[in-house]
Formats: sequence, C-alpha cells, structure tokens
Amino acid sequence: MTPFIKLTSSAVPLPIEDVDTDQIIPARFLKAITREGFGENLFRDWRYGKDGTPKVDFVLNNPMYSGQILVAGANFGCGSSREHAAWAIGDHGFRVVVSSYFADIFRGNALNNGILPLVVLPEVLHEIFETIEKNPTARFTVDLEQEQLTNETTGTVTAFEIDPYKKTCLLNGYDDIDYLLSQREKIDAFEAARVDYSLL
Amino acid sequence: MAKTLFDKVWDAHVVSEVPGGNQVLYIDRHLIHEVTSPQAFDGLRQRNLPLLHKERIVATADHNVPTKNQDQPIKEPLSRKQVQMLTENCAEFGVELYGLGHPYQGIVHVIGPELGITRPGITMVCGDSHTSTHGAFGAVAFGIGTSQVEQVMATQCLLLNKPKTMRINVDGELANGVTAKDIILYVISTLGTGGGTGYFVEYAGSAIRALSMEGRMTICNMSIEMGARGGLIAPDQTTFDYMEGREFAPQGADWDAALAYWKTLPTEAGATFDGEYHFKAADITPMVTYGTNPGMGMGIKEAIPEHSTIHGDAGLAKAMNYMGLQKGIKLEGMPIDYVFIGSCTNSRIEDLRAVSRLVKGKKIAATVNGIVVPGSQQVTKQAVAEGLDVILREAGFDFRDAGCSACLGMNEDKVPAGKYCVSTSNRNFEGRQGPGARTILASPLTAAAAALTGRVTDVREMMI
Ligand code: SF4
Repeated sequence: MTPFIKLTSSAVPLPIEDVDTDQIIPARFLKAITREGFGENLFRDWRYGKDGTPKVDFVLNNPMYSGQILVAGANFGCGSSREHAAWAIGDHGFRVVVSSYFADIFRGNALNNGILPLVVLPEVLHEIFETIEKNPTARFTVDLEQEQLTNETTGTVTAFEIDPYKKTCLLNGYDDIDYLLSQREKIDAFEAARVDYSLL
Repeated sequence: MAKTLFDKVWDAHVVSEVPGGNQVLYIDRHLIHEVTSPQAFDGLRQRNLPLLHKERIVATADHNVPTKNQDQPIKEPLSRKQVQMLTENCAEFGVELYGLGHPYQGIVHVIGPELGITRPGITMVCGDSHTSTHGAFGAVAFGIGTSQVEQVMATQCLLLNKPKTMRINVDGELANGVTAKDIILYVISTLGTGGGTGYFVEYAGSAIRALSMEGRMTICNMSIEMGARGGLIAPDQTTFDYMEGREFAPQGADWDAALAYWKTLPTEAGATFDGEYHFKAADITPMVTYGTNPGMGMGIKEAIPEHSTIHGDAGLAKAMNYMGLQKGIKLEGMPIDYVFIGSCTNSRIEDLRAVSRLVKGKKIAATVNGIVVPGSQQVTKQAVAEGLDVILREAGFDFRDAGCSACLGMNEDKVPAGKYCVSTSNRNFEGRQGPGARTILASPLTAAAAALTGRVTDVREMMI
C-alpha cells in the first residue's frame, strides 16, 4: 500500500448525498479478476451516455475541476461492499474523499487501499463546496500527521479525527494483514482455548 | 452487567485488543462468491501465504450465473472467466465449492442457512454486504471488502472497531397482506439509508418473534440498506426448529451441546443499547419504494412526499428525474412492465409459496414480463416437489434456475432502460437492475399482485 502523509491539491465537488457503490462502479464492470483498471469506469453511468460519449454536465468531464481530493455529500459509499469502488476511486487518482460521513464498509475499504476517508462536520463540508463553487481551482491541504485539513483559500484549518491505528497504517503504508499475521500465536491460543460450536 | 446478544457473540470471538481501541475478531465461517474473491486469492499467492482454515470456507457461484440453461457454458466471456477463476482457485486452495450444476448451488445468503452452515452464536463474513442476512439466526454476520476476504483467508481474523448497538422493536400483529419485507422497508423509510451507520441492530418485539426464519432473514438482509453493519435476532424455538436436521447442522450429542449454548445467547433483561426505536406493527401497510434508494419508500396508499427530510430535496428531485415520477403522486394504479421475484431478500421457499397461493389459477397481465428466480437449487427442488413451478408457469411467470439474476445488472437478466420493475430485491439504486432500469421495491405478495393486474396494487384488496 502506498503511504499517505500529506497532500495539497484542488478538489472535485460531488454535492450529492447517499452516493452508493453501484454508482461509483456499476455491477457490470465487476467482472475483472485483478485490482487494476477500474478508474475508467468510475461513475460510469453518470459520466458517460449509453454510446460512451462523456456527459458534459458531470463533474469528472468538466476540465475546470481536477485534483486528488473528491468532496462528496453525506453517506458516501453506501450499498454494496464491493471494494472495486475504492479501487476505482484510487485508480482515477483520488487519495482523499471528504464527506460528512461514510458508509462503514466503504470507509474500511478505502483505508485498506491507502485512500483517506476524511470526515468533517456538515457545515465544514458546506463551506468546502462553497469555496470550490467560487473558485474551481481552490486548493486544500490534507495533513494526516497533524490531522488537519486546510482550506488554502479561506485559511480555515479544520481538525479531523482518525483511528490512531489506521493513521499509523496510512502513514507507513501498512496493511491490516501484516498486523494480523503478527498475531498468529494469539490466534492459535484462542483456537485452542475455546469451545467451537461453529463446526460441530 | 446485563449483556446483549450482540455483545455476547462478539466478545466471545475477541482474540486480542489493539492499542487505540481496535480488536482482532475471530471469524468462524467464511462464505465466498466469484465476484469479490479472485483478487483475495491472488493476494495470497502474491504474498505466498497459505489459506489458514479451508474447512471454514464455503464457495458458490451466484452473481454471474445465467438463470436459463445452466448446464451449458456461460455465454458471456467475462462472466464465464470469473466463474472459471473461482473453480480454479477453490481447487488450488482446497475450498469446498457449490458451483454451477451442484445441488447446493445458489445465492450465498440462501444456501448458508438452508444447509445449516449459518448458526446462532457464530461470527460469519462474506465479501458481500447482504451477509447481514445470517444474523436472523443470532449470528454476528457482516459484509466485508476483498482485502478483508484475503485477511480472513490468511488469518481467520479481522481487525475491527466494535460497532455500537441499536435495538429496533416491532410490536403487535401484522395485518393480512403485510409481510416481513414491509416491516423492513417501513423501518428504513423512517430511519433513512444512513440511520444505522456505525451500528449493529438487534430486531426484537412480538411482531419479529412471530416471523418465520424466512421472514427474519428478509429483515436482517436489509439492515445494510439503512447503513447498519449488520442485523440480528435472538435465536428461539423457531430458529431451532428450522435448523434441526439440516445437512450440516450439528447432530446427536453435538446438537444437544450446541442447543444448550444457543439458549444462553438472547439479550438479558436490563441490557442497554446505544440507540433504540419502537414501531407498531399496526402502523405498517404494504410498502413500495418510489425513489433511488431503499429509504425512499411509502405505504401503498400514500403519495410521494413533496419534501424529503432524510434525503434532502435535491436528492428527491434527482430520484424523481431518474424514476420518471412526480412528487405528490400515488404509485397505486400505475402501470408497470416487469415483475422480478427473487434475490437473497425474497427467493426462499416461503416467498414462492406466498406468491403461488396468490396467483394460483390466475394469469399475470399480458403487459407484464414476470420472472421468478429461486434462491438456490434446493429451493427449486422443493418448489418443484410442491408443484409451485407448475402454478407459477401456468400463471405466466418465467420460472428460472437459481442465481442473483435481475437483482443486479451483472448477468444476462436485466430490466431495460426506462421500464418499471416491481422487484422483491433489496436495492432500487440507479442502474441496479440494468442501466436506466426503474425499480420499485416491494414484498413478494405486492409483486405478485402487480404481476396479476399489471399495475402497482394494494395486495390487501386481493386477499380473501
Ligand atoms: S441476490 Fe442481489 S443482493 Fe443478494 S447477493 Fe445476489 S446480487 Fe447481492
């Protein structure tokens, strides 16, 4: 996993609530057996017409907006557990998604792929959308070490919270699997000590 | 201190604590399917890791499979490849596979319970959000991402933050024609698609206790649609009666030992939850959704609201645009084009029986394309044994082979753009049943009624 430490970038606004993972990557594109190449079909049906022509009114097709930060409405990533949604977002080049809250499974999937799901209060989210609306190239700094999001236009600094373990993982590019493998003795001991009703 | 069902099961599976609050949770059973497992198997190969406990995994092919001519090779090359990949991976790692053609094949959340793999008091995961279904037995069951599928394969554990607990009580008696599906659609329409985020939900109350296991599975299945990590229901005599004698259920002395343990699981009096809601069964009528998430639902006699406090007016307007509907109108009486009876929410034998009872000796409307897709080969077998296939076919339904089918636009079964489909599945997201498809979620009874009349119909008026 690529470490995430700090970045300064413009942001792409998607002021829609309850964006489900079927929109992020529709089911018909889940047939690949590797993790690569999902970025092409990120937001496929919002982004392209039936014949594959880009829809001009969708933000990813608007050359005014770019950057490694996606800013979205509340409850981002609800629905299907498909990790392909996180792969598609990462493959497209986003490293941070900002919202007022995330669906649980998506949040976990993002973190397991080096993408920071950054939670801010609804009023902060609103202010970020306003800043981008006024100036599409407005820049933001996400500093994971300091747990701070800086709106470079307004100078507003917002503290955000992140689980300390997950923070260490992101900063160092560690996967959960490394930690879990290191627990092998405890896992063996757990298995040996308990009565297991699951396989009787 | 009095403990909840969830706390008992979760705490019994904690292997170790990680500084900062996370826990290493032991996973008893792992279900896998073709879509979310190939990258996990690949990860094991790349890291040169063995699969720790192959006896704890069961695999099936469900999302990509055609529901016609299952004895023939899958036509679509990418689907064929993904199913083939599952077969190869299971062979390489020694995982039990109930693939196409196997008598146990079916939707992963249908086969676990019917085979007796799903049990009270266990932890269970699958790379699939509707793993919440299995909570109906009093298991802690939840969906995970593919990275976590790999973690469970390698270590039988996951690193997790313990969710908060919520109890949803539904008391009283359901009216005739109102089902488990209506309960859960009603609850989600009240709490919204994010109402359960961060929580594990226990469903309780007399209306829940009165439900069959199939009904309980329908409820727990849709917990994820309000954002909950999972849902669960205390095991009781209904649970034990359902389980006894199932293929892989414990037997003899093992059954007695397991049963004694299961009886210790229910939430104790005085246990507290982080959140609690109370609903009255009498307030619930047959439900239909009008929008593009499962929270946009209403009673069959109601009109689409002018404003949405939960989803916001912008969300509502976007949904109306996609659905081709207007705020303030009623759906009752509106012509529909498709009826899909299936999915891990409502494709069990009880669902097929309920539909058959309603349509027996009648014909579905000529304008409706009606398909019934059993959740598993076992459901098909039972349906055939009871003659339900004949009843459904004579009524004009296309009775298919088991699979996820039109629940998600991934296999051959899709709803065309712009068409309205009354569906017993769980998601009405944009494009869920195919690009441009317009889904109205409802119970099997409401779906059957719509098939007969060709319109969104109040099934209570058709029941004697
Ligand atoms: S039936 Fe639908 S919701 Fe259930 S597992 Fe299959 S695709 Fe997922």
